Amino acid sequence: MKRKDQRAALLILALVAMVGAVLLAMSGLKDRAAYFYAPGDLKAGQVPQGAVRIGGMVEKGSLQRAADGVTIAFTVRDESPNRIRVRYKGIVPDLFKEGSGVVAEGSFGPDGLFAASEILAKHDENYMPPRLDAKKGEHKSESLAK
Amino acid sequence: MIAEFGLAALWLAAALSLLQLGFGVAALRGGEGFASSVRPIAVVQAVLVGAAFLALIQLFLRTDLSVALVAENSHSQKPLLYKFAGTWGNHEGSMLLWVTVLAIAGAAVALFERSLKERTLVATLAAQAAIGLGFYAFLLFASNPFARLNPAPPQGNGLNPLLQDPGLAFHPPTLYLGYVGISIAFSFAVGALITRDVGPAFAKAMRPWVLAAWILLTLGITAGSYWAYYELGWGGWWFWDPVENASLMPWLAATALLHSVTVLATRDGLRAWTVMLAVVAFSMSMVGTFLVRSGILTSVHSFAVDPRRGAFILILLALYIGGALILFGARVGTVKEGSTFEPVSREGALVLNNLLLCVILALVFIGTIYPLITEAFGTKLSIGPPYFNSVVGPIALALALAMAAGPLMRWRRDRLFEVVRRLALPGGLMAVALVLVFVLAPGIRVLPLLGLALAFGVGAASLAPLWKRNLRRTPLFIWGMAVSHLGIGVSLAGMAAESAFSKERLVAARLGETVSVGPYAIRFESVDPVAGPNWTAIEGKLTASRGGGSFVLRPQARMFSAPPTETSEAAIATRLDGQLYTVLGKPDGAGRWQLRLWWKPFVTLIWLGGAMVAVGGLLALIGRVRRERRARRAEEGE
Repeated sequence: MKRKDQRAALLILALVAMVGAVLLAMSGLKDRAAYFYAPGDLKAGQVPQGAVRIGGMVEKGSLQRAADGVTIAFTVRDESPNRIRVRYKGIVPDLFKEGSGVVAEGSFGPDGLFAASEILAKHDENYMPPRLDAKKGEHKSESLAK
Repeated sequence: MIAEFGLAALWLAAALSLLQLGFGVAALRGGEGFASSVRPIAVVQAVLVGAAFLALIQLFLRTDLSVALVAENSHSQKPLLYKFAGTWGNHEGSMLLWVTVLAIAGAAVALFERSLKERTLVATLAAQAAIGLGFYAFLLFASNPFARLNPAPPQGNGLNPLLQDPGLAFHPPTLYLGYVGISIAFSFAVGALITRDVGPAFAKAMRPWVLAAWILLTLGITAGSYWAYYELGWGGWWFWDPVENASLMPWLAATALLHSVTVLATRDGLRAWTVMLAVVAFSMSMVGTFLVRSGILTSVHSFAVDPRRGAFILILLALYIGGALILFGARVGTVKEGSTFEPVSREGALVLNNLLLCVILALVFIGTIYPLITEAFGTKLSIGPPYFNSVVGPIALALALAMAAGPLMRWRRDRLFEVVRRLALPGGLMAVALVLVFVLAPGIRVLPLLGLALAFGVGAASLAPLWKRNLRRTPLFIWGMAVSHLGIGVSLAGMAAESAFSKERLVAARLGETVSVGPYAIRFESVDPVAGPNWTAIEGKLTASRGGGSFVLRPQARMFSAPPTETSEAAIATRLDGQLYTVLGKPDGAGRWQLRLWWKPFVTLIWLGGAMVAVGGLLALIGRVRRERRARRAEEGE
């Protein structure tokens, strides 16, 4: 093969590989992206299908523990009137408590109950779901001012 | 005073980097006498920024609360190690560490690089200064670490307890050294483009720096993975978190670059390709820095949210990558085509390696960036392990296959039949492993099954280049390649075993109760309060037994006082055939405690493999440097 031809062949190979990667990524994203919902995003009587994430604040006084000692249920709220009831079996992250932000991954049952497969530990005590965050402003400066 | 001294040193270092850039450009434009000053300037600049960094360390060690950064992130009661490592456990400090490492790397090039043409070296140092300048500006205008606070608060805010771990002293510096090492490879590429010097000599000069950066990235990622595994208490070793991807992407690009630079150095092939990869690799470390430092992600890595900073880094990113791409576009025509090779050859296998690595890089990049882009348009979504595992997994396995075959192929031209014959033994071993695993572990999923079988094949194939050689006379870099490739096989075995055979139990247990997980019976003996220097904890006592002997595990739930935070400290027992991982959860109020127990067979192989990959890199580095030195001496002797 001539040097010029070889460079052209390599260039074409690289382009094919990149196009292939983009197509593969797009098909993967179509099937496996989990959409994020805050309670306010949900329309009455409708629940999203498949794996999704939800996020909001854990409502004060809503946390219940089941008899097996490892299953909990709690309510997630935001500034909208909507609420999401969540059930989770597992050890919750250290930063999980009533009145603080939470993000959960899982799926909705037909009854609207959200079965969480994972409570995401946002490993920062200042973490807030983005929507609530925008209103409270910067936490760093706030905590310093105290 | 120390803070003012540090700030002055930082300004001076910034001014010197401007001078370094100016003199470099002047020298390249034919200015007489400028070239000889560039090297000394690079060294003095490194000394100054090093002094600024030492000043910041000193402030943290003294807990000087009149400095805003110290007040926000430190606490007088903190153990000394974390006062020290806490210097870079925050945004400003870690950016200062970034430029310090950058300047020291530049000084190292100035002091030790002997094989590169003087003109190319001057261009390289000028490019390095241009990168440094952007980050100095970022520090001085948007992230001043030495800003004073008046009046000084009586006590500091403390350091995020998750970061209060010996890992903090090791993981960020290693990773930064790796990121920044790649910037050197990039500067080399820019320098060679400017002076039209892309060829084997340039590749040989660049290779040790790429290798060193790649070794450090490998170590940083491996250490970070183990740190997350034991510190976060979720039992996972890789979460496809954007910040993890931020370190993986430069590694993938650096791995590709490492292999293509070998083709360029040995066979004078893949010229433009190698330069492009250097640009891509540096772009990825800039993207990584952007993701982690801009505050666009909320995690333990992004310390504060400040949109100005994100914009600043984004502009730097656009300038450097855009500039490099424009330079590449303008000069690629002057890069001559390299030597040719047949598709079935060592070069061919390395091209396949590069293509697959780039495909994986693209997949990870898209998966990491896509949610950020959709969020900008108002749709929130998350891309997690389901996406990454399913799209990256199969291609990584194909890459492992290419890796097994590559070293057994000849340069320039080989015969397919011969290659297949050389691969017969590893291939046979792989087939046997596949059947054995399938029979012994019915119902195993496809990816772990293939992963385990491939691990054996890869292991055997990576040792094959040593076969029938006189081991004493085998060059050190061949050993390095064998050890690194074997490390990939070992790591692959660990990943597959962990994903296929892990056992998990989640229970609420009373004191005295016995729970079994995997081969172990675990008795919940007691819970006791314990205290550390700046935390108190509830400590569980678990006695684990398998067959005869038994041992004690003490997982803790810790409460830190500053800032007030709870963390769980997993107790992990390492055995030859795996790890027992225990976490103490919350009490349920009725006398029971949550216990989360994992038995993870052969999970340690993941990090052992990672360490082997790095050690192999180190062997190759030593071998290459030695050989270069010998060659140079021989030349000088003539």
